[in-house]
Amino acid sequence: MKVTEKDVAYVADLGNLELTAEERTRMVRDLNSILDHIDSLSELDTANVQPMAQVSDRYGVDQSKQGSERFAYASREDVHEGLRKSLPHDVALKNAPDSDGTFFKVPKVIER
Amino acid sequence: MANGQRRITDFMNLDLLTIDAARSAVQERKTSAAALAESFYAKIESDDPKIGAFLTLSKERALGKASEMDALAAKGEKLPPLGGVPVGIKDVMVTKGIRTTAGSKILGNYVPPYDCTAVARLEAAGAVVLGKLNCDEFAMGSSNENSAWKPVHNPRDLARVPGGSSGGSAAAVAADMAVAALGSDTGGSIRQPASFCGVVGMMPTYGRVSRYGLIAFASSLDHIGPLTKTVKDAAIVLRTIAGRDPMDSTSADVPVPDYVAELEKPVRGLRIGVAKEYLGEGLDKEVRNAIEAAIQNLAKQGCEIVQVSLPHTKYAIPTYYIVATAEASSNLARFDGVRYGYRAPDARTLSEMYRRSRDQAFGAEVKRRIMLGTYALSAGYYDAYYLKAQKVRTLLTRDFEEAFKKVDAIVAPTSPTAAFKLGEKTDDPLAMYLADIYTVTADLAGIPGISVPCGETKEKLPIGLQILGRHFDESTLFRVAHASEQAA
Repeated sequence: MKVTEKDVAYVADLGNLELTAEERTRMVRDLNSILDHIDSLSELDTANVQPMAQVSDRYGVDQSKQGSERFAYASREDVHEGLRKSLPHDVALKNAPDSDGTFFKVPKVIER
Repeated sequence: MANGQRRITDFMNLDLLTIDAARSAVQERKTSAAALAESFYAKIESDDPKIGAFLTLSKERALGKASEMDALAAKGEKLPPLGGVPVGIKDVMVTKGIRTTAGSKILGNYVPPYDCTAVARLEAAGAVVLGKLNCDEFAMGSSNENSAWKPVHNPRDLARVPGGSSGGSAAAVAADMAVAALGSDTGGSIRQPASFCGVVGMMPTYGRVSRYGLIAFASSLDHIGPLTKTVKDAAIVLRTIAGRDPMDSTSADVPVPDYVAELEKPVRGLRIGVAKEYLGEGLDKEVRNAIEAAIQNLAKQGCEIVQVSLPHTKYAIPTYYIVATAEASSNLARFDGVRYGYRAPDARTLSEMYRRSRDQAFGAEVKRRIMLGTYALSAGYYDAYYLKAQKVRTLLTRDFEEAFKKVDAIVAPTSPTAAFKLGEKTDDPLAMYLADIYTVTADLAGIPGISVPCGETKEKLPIGLQILGRHFDESTLFRVAHASEQAA
């Protein structure tokens, strides 16, 4: 068993989830079963392998350039007037569970 | 009937209705686009209660676009490529003014203020959007059983799953409730349901189609693509939605070929790779036989069959379930009950509100993936899991790069089995994940893949042939798929 009840509680906390007692028990079982399978990755020697964060590293990149210049294909001119109009206030608030017409409203932030 | 025109069903079976047939019928005024849309709504009303493909119908928007197309046809003007063609959209793509839930309770009342680029491009080409299609919650699943609303039943056998996560898209096309549909593919979610339902499903190269307006699951793996009845229809839809979009910086500035012209080219002389890693243990015998017959067919048409090796294939599922869940845990952090979506009513503080809202409105599989991804990214485990998986992703991608030095395309099964029964794998997440064993590698490497029907099991369940190709070489995939389709 790699993952314990305590780990599940800690990770749930990081992920902003509560989980019921029943869900936690199930989660311990499921995560261990999946991680057992994932452990096969440790068979591979990857000491000299570069990590791949995104696919576009593999194409469209100008290898002769440095840093962000290499990804020039993905950028656009920084036009001063080029900022897109934001959503109108009322549209942006339309889906809000609670708002006062100007701001999103939420419960108390500071806990005592 | 509008303009005294006939219903499409008076002169044609809906199962024969391709994009060109639908567009021509409207162009030549054998029917009207409005009447065509109404025929599809009638079909949905009668058949969808037992299939469950649609979550929301967008009748007003559909009829608005239809009358626009009818006005063009009445003036004798040439209709755009999808003029009047009824389509469905997977519910992970936002549609302005039309409820978009991503199959989740957390977005149960969400009405987006803008349109997904792929949807906007389809409509600009004349497509009539009938409604939004059921899917696994946040596109996480291989059977559509993770939809928060209802499962989808496979039109070929209602006791079986349609595949997932684009199960509603595949089922709607297979059951003639839409001529074409858009789906999304992060680990096989277009190709596997296409295979299970007996339709064509195309996942283009990463960056080929803008992801703007696609509700994010795993941003480095998410793709939008078509599900259709024919390879040609998939080519028409992809040609319409592909190409650079300033709203998605990962969309590639690579010219889009005329796929429809490309697919007609003969396949003689193409080198087709067959990888033993895709034909090994766990592959159903009937599926293997169908794939081998399809390979023989390509050989008969003059393709050279070449053995290739993709040695890291067995590490694809573990790699995928680290990379995808890590990205998902980050992407799904935005669902916090503040700006949109579900908010738990009883919370006293902000942090309690976050937790309870997510707890009450996310389903079991989504929570499992958030947990796995958060664990893989957490202090002390990042190197062992996330970084390791990113490195193996490089190895998996190199496997393909090596293979594509020798061959023009690789053929494989889309799925190790035909459609399984509803409920068969719901208690065992790992068994469900392993259903994606032949599809996740293409997502990780960013290469395109298509699934095309290539036969049936004894129980009349469809089998899909998967064809994988080089980055941005969808043209070759369409050619090989078209040749296989004609032979099947």
